[in-house]
Amino acid sequence: MGFLTDTPLDVSRLVAEVLASDRGGIAAFVGTVRDHHQGRPVRELEYTAYGAMAEAECGRIVEETERRWPVRVALSHRLGLLAIGDAAVAIAVAGSHRDEAFAACRHVIEELKRRVPIWKRERYADGTVEWVGAGQAADLTVPGGRS
Amino acid sequence: MVTSASTTVHILLFAAYAERLGVERIDAALRPGATVADALAYLRALPGGTELPARPLCARNLAHVGADAPLVDGDELAVLPPLAGG
Repeated sequence: MGFLTDTPLDVSRLVAEVLASDRGGIAAFVGTVRDHHQGRPVRELEYTAYGAMAEAECGRIVEETERRWPVRVALSHRLGLLAIGDAAVAIAVAGSHRDEAFAACRHVIEELKRRVPIWKRERYADGTVEWVGAGQAADLTVPGGRS
Repeated sequence: MVTSASTTVHILLFAAYAERLGVERIDAALRPGATVADALAYLRALPGGTELPARPLCARNLAHVGADAPLVDGDELAVLPPLAGG
Protein backbone atom coordinates (compact mmCIF):
# COMPACT_ATOMS: atom_id res chain seq x y z
CA MET A 1 0.00 0.00 0.00
CA GLY A 2 0.99 3.65 -0.20
CA PHE A 3 0.67 4.34 -3.93
CA LEU A 4 -1.01 7.72 -3.37
CA THR A 5 0.83 10.71 -1.92
CA ASP A 6 0.26 14.40 -1.20
CA THR A 7 3.98 15.16 -1.52
CA PRO A 8 6.12 15.68 -4.67
CA LEU A 9 7.02 12.48 -6.52
CA ASP A 10 10.60 11.21 -6.47
CA VAL A 11 11.40 9.12 -9.57
CA SER A 12 14.88 8.22 -8.34
CA ARG A 13 13.35 6.69 -5.22
CA LEU A 14 11.07 4.51 -7.37
CA VAL A 15 14.01 3.45 -9.55
CA ALA A 16 16.01 2.57 -6.41
CA GLU A 17 13.07 0.45 -5.22
CA VAL A 18 13.13 -1.81 -8.29
CA LEU A 19 16.90 -1.81 -8.94
CA ALA A 20 18.62 -5.19 -8.53
CA SER A 21 21.81 -6.79 -9.80
CA ASP A 22 19.92 -9.27 -12.01
CA ARG A 23 17.70 -6.59 -13.60
CA GLY A 24 19.56 -4.85 -16.41
CA GLY A 25 16.73 -2.82 -17.91
CA ILE A 26 14.74 -0.13 -16.11
CA ALA A 27 11.95 1.81 -17.83
CA ALA A 28 10.47 4.87 -16.11
CA PHE A 29 7.40 6.90 -17.02
CA VAL A 30 6.54 10.29 -15.56
CA GLY A 31 3.26 12.02 -16.34
CA THR A 32 3.30 15.77 -15.71
CA VAL A 33 0.69 18.54 -15.61
CA ARG A 34 0.18 20.09 -19.06
CA ASP A 35 -0.44 23.80 -19.55
CA HIS A 36 -3.41 23.21 -21.86
CA HIS A 37 -6.47 20.97 -22.22
CA GLN A 38 -8.46 20.85 -25.45
CA GLY A 39 -7.07 24.21 -26.51
CA ARG A 40 -7.71 25.98 -23.20
CA PRO A 41 -4.81 27.29 -21.11
CA VAL A 42 -4.60 25.51 -17.74
CA ARG A 43 -3.24 27.30 -14.66
CA GLU A 44 -3.22 24.47 -12.14
CA LEU A 45 -5.15 21.34 -11.30
CA GLU A 46 -6.32 19.31 -8.36
CA TYR A 47 -6.34 15.52 -8.13
CA THR A 48 -8.75 13.69 -5.85
CA ALA A 49 -9.25 9.95 -5.41
CA TYR A 50 -11.46 7.27 -3.93
CA GLY A 51 -8.46 6.51 -1.76
CA ALA A 52 -9.17 3.00 -0.49
CA MET A 53 -10.11 1.69 -3.92
CA ALA A 54 -7.32 3.56 -5.73
CA GLU A 55 -4.77 1.93 -3.40
CA ALA A 56 -6.37 -1.50 -3.92
CA GLU A 57 -6.56 -1.11 -7.71
CA CYS A 58 -2.92 0.08 -7.96
CA GLY A 59 -1.93 -2.98 -5.92
CA ARG A 60 -3.85 -5.26 -8.28
CA ILE A 61 -2.21 -3.65 -11.34
CA VAL A 62 1.28 -4.08 -9.87
CA GLU A 63 0.53 -7.70 -8.94
CA GLU A 64 -0.93 -8.54 -12.37
CA THR A 65 2.00 -6.88 -14.16
CA GLU A 66 4.62 -8.71 -12.09
CA ARG A 67 2.80 -11.97 -12.81
CA ARG A 68 2.63 -11.35 -16.58
CA TRP A 69 6.25 -10.18 -17.04
CA PRO A 70 9.42 -11.03 -15.05
CA VAL A 71 9.69 -7.49 -13.65
CA ARG A 72 9.45 -5.44 -10.47
CA VAL A 73 7.12 -2.43 -10.50
CA ALA A 74 7.10 0.75 -8.38
CA LEU A 75 4.27 3.23 -8.79
CA SER A 76 3.25 6.54 -7.22
CA HIS A 77 0.38 8.95 -7.95
CA ARG A 78 0.16 12.47 -6.55
CA LEU A 79 -3.03 13.96 -5.08
CA GLY A 80 -3.95 17.54 -4.19
CA LEU A 81 -3.18 20.81 -5.92
CA LEU A 82 -0.48 20.58 -8.63
CA ALA A 83 1.20 23.28 -10.71
CA ILE A 84 2.12 23.11 -14.40
CA GLY A 85 5.09 20.77 -14.85
CA ASP A 86 4.59 18.92 -11.56
CA ALA A 87 4.76 15.14 -11.81
CA ALA A 88 1.30 13.61 -11.34
CA VAL A 89 2.29 9.98 -11.78
CA ALA A 90 5.61 8.14 -11.77
CA ILE A 91 6.32 4.52 -12.63
CA ALA A 92 9.57 2.53 -12.58
CA VAL A 93 9.78 -1.00 -13.95
CA ALA A 94 12.89 -3.17 -13.84
CA GLY A 95 13.43 -6.39 -15.78
CA SER A 96 16.31 -8.48 -17.01
CA HIS A 97 16.08 -6.77 -20.40
CA ARG A 98 14.52 -3.67 -21.93
CA ASP A 99 11.72 -5.42 -23.83
CA GLU A 100 9.79 -6.54 -20.76
CA ALA A 101 10.61 -3.32 -18.90
CA PHE A 102 9.10 -1.12 -21.65
CA ALA A 103 6.10 -3.39 -22.23
CA ALA A 104 5.27 -3.70 -18.54
CA CYS A 105 5.73 0.04 -17.91
CA ARG A 106 3.32 0.84 -20.77
CA HIS A 107 0.85 -1.67 -19.36
CA VAL A 108 0.94 -0.10 -15.89
CA ILE A 109 0.17 3.45 -17.07
CA GLU A 110 -2.58 2.30 -19.46
CA GLU A 111 -4.27 0.19 -16.78
CA LEU A 112 -3.90 2.97 -14.21
CA LYS A 113 -5.69 5.43 -16.49
CA ARG A 114 -8.41 2.88 -17.27
CA ARG A 115 -9.08 1.48 -13.80
CA VAL A 116 -7.84 3.60 -10.88
CA PRO A 117 -10.50 5.93 -9.40
CA ILE A 118 -8.71 9.28 -9.56
CA TRP A 119 -10.23 12.52 -10.84
CA LYS A 120 -8.83 15.91 -11.72
CA ARG A 121 -10.35 19.35 -11.65
CA GLU A 122 -8.63 21.86 -13.88
CA ARG A 123 -8.44 25.56 -13.13
CA TYR A 124 -8.20 27.49 -16.39
CA ALA A 125 -6.48 30.79 -17.02
CA ASP A 126 -9.91 32.46 -17.39
CA GLY A 127 -10.78 31.49 -13.80
CA THR A 128 -13.25 28.69 -14.57
CA VAL A 129 -12.94 25.26 -12.93
CA GLU A 130 -14.01 21.95 -14.49
CA TRP A 131 -13.83 18.24 -13.76
CA VAL A 132 -11.91 16.61 -16.60
CA GLY A 133 -14.03 14.10 -18.52
CA ALA A 134 -17.25 15.11 -16.76
CA GLY A 135 -19.00 15.65 -20.07
CA GLN A 136 -18.04 12.23 -21.47
CA ALA A 137 -20.33 9.24 -21.60
CA ALA A 138 -19.39 6.57 -19.06
CA ASP A 139 -17.52 3.51 -20.26
CA LEU A 140 -19.84 0.55 -20.69
CA THR A 141 -17.11 -2.01 -20.10
CA VAL A 142 -16.04 -3.12 -16.67
CA PRO A 143 -12.34 -2.37 -16.17
CA GLY A 144 -10.35 -5.46 -15.36
CA GLY A 145 -13.02 -7.69 -16.87
CA ARG A 146 -14.63 -8.53 -13.54
CA SER A 147 -18.35 -8.43 -12.96
CA MET B 1 -33.58 -18.37 0.41
CA VAL B 2 -33.15 -16.30 3.53
CA THR B 3 -34.64 -12.85 3.20
CA SER B 4 -34.44 -9.86 5.48
CA ALA B 5 -36.66 -6.81 5.47
CA SER B 6 -34.21 -4.80 3.39
CA THR B 7 -30.66 -4.56 2.13
CA THR B 8 -28.83 -1.45 3.26
CA VAL B 9 -26.16 -0.37 0.81
CA HIS B 10 -23.70 2.44 1.53
CA ILE B 11 -23.49 4.47 -1.67
CA LEU B 12 -20.50 6.76 -2.28
CA LEU B 13 -20.45 9.52 -4.89
CA PHE B 14 -17.33 11.30 -6.11
CA ALA B 15 -16.15 14.39 -7.97
CA ALA B 16 -18.67 15.61 -10.58
CA TYR B 17 -21.36 13.13 -9.47
CA ALA B 18 -21.13 14.25 -5.83
CA GLU B 19 -21.57 17.84 -7.00
CA ARG B 20 -24.56 16.99 -9.21
CA LEU B 21 -26.42 15.22 -6.41
CA GLY B 22 -25.07 17.49 -3.67
CA VAL B 23 -24.07 14.53 -1.49
CA GLU B 24 -21.06 12.21 -1.08
CA ARG B 25 -22.63 9.39 0.89
CA ILE B 26 -26.15 7.94 1.03
CA ASP B 27 -27.41 4.83 2.79
CA ALA B 28 -30.04 3.21 0.57
CA ALA B 29 -32.55 0.61 1.79
CA LEU B 30 -33.10 -1.70 -1.19
CA ARG B 31 -35.15 -4.87 -1.61
CA PRO B 32 -33.34 -8.14 -0.84
CA GLY B 33 -31.76 -9.47 -4.04
CA ALA B 34 -31.16 -5.97 -5.36
CA THR B 35 -28.45 -5.35 -7.94
CA VAL B 36 -26.23 -2.41 -8.81
CA ALA B 37 -28.87 -1.37 -11.37
CA ASP B 38 -31.46 -1.11 -8.56
CA ALA B 39 -29.15 1.12 -6.54
CA LEU B 40 -28.65 3.34 -9.61
CA ALA B 41 -32.43 3.57 -10.06
CA TYR B 42 -32.67 4.66 -6.41
CA LEU B 43 -30.08 7.39 -7.06
CA ARG B 44 -31.86 8.58 -10.21
CA ALA B 45 -35.01 9.24 -8.17
CA LEU B 46 -33.09 11.68 -5.93
CA PRO B 47 -32.77 15.43 -6.69
CA GLY B 48 -30.09 15.78 -9.38
CA GLY B 49 -30.13 12.02 -9.98
CA THR B 50 -31.30 12.28 -13.57
CA GLU B 51 -27.95 13.91 -14.38
CA LEU B 52 -26.19 10.57 -13.85
CA PRO B 53 -25.39 8.74 -17.10
CA ALA B 54 -27.38 5.61 -17.99
CA ARG B 55 -24.51 3.24 -17.13
CA PRO B 56 -21.91 4.88 -14.89
CA LEU B 57 -18.81 3.01 -13.75
CA CYS B 58 -19.47 1.31 -10.41
CA ALA B 59 -17.38 -0.41 -7.77
CA ARG B 60 -18.63 -2.77 -5.06
CA ASN B 61 -16.40 -3.10 -1.98
CA LEU B 62 -13.40 -1.54 -3.77
CA ALA B 63 -13.60 -3.55 -7.03
CA HIS B 64 -15.19 -2.65 -10.38
CA VAL B 65 -18.52 -4.37 -11.09
CA GLY B 66 -21.19 -4.36 -13.79
CA ALA B 67 -24.80 -3.18 -13.39
CA ASP B 68 -26.06 -6.75 -12.91
CA ALA B 69 -23.83 -7.43 -9.88
CA PRO B 70 -25.82 -8.42 -6.78
CA LEU B 71 -25.71 -6.38 -3.58
CA VAL B 72 -25.95 -7.69 -0.04
CA ASP B 73 -26.60 -5.92 3.24
CA GLY B 74 -23.64 -3.74 4.23
CA ASP B 75 -22.07 -3.51 0.78
CA GLU B 76 -20.32 -0.30 -0.21
CA LEU B 77 -21.21 0.83 -3.72
CA ALA B 78 -19.21 3.63 -5.33
CA VAL B 79 -20.48 5.43 -8.41
CA LEU B 80 -17.45 6.65 -10.35
CA PRO B 81 -17.35 9.56 -12.82
CA PRO B 82 -15.09 9.10 -15.88
CA LEU B 83 -11.61 8.41 -14.50
CA ALA B 84 -8.85 10.96 -15.05
CA GLY B 85 -5.75 9.66 -13.27
CA GLY B 86 -2.28 9.69 -14.76
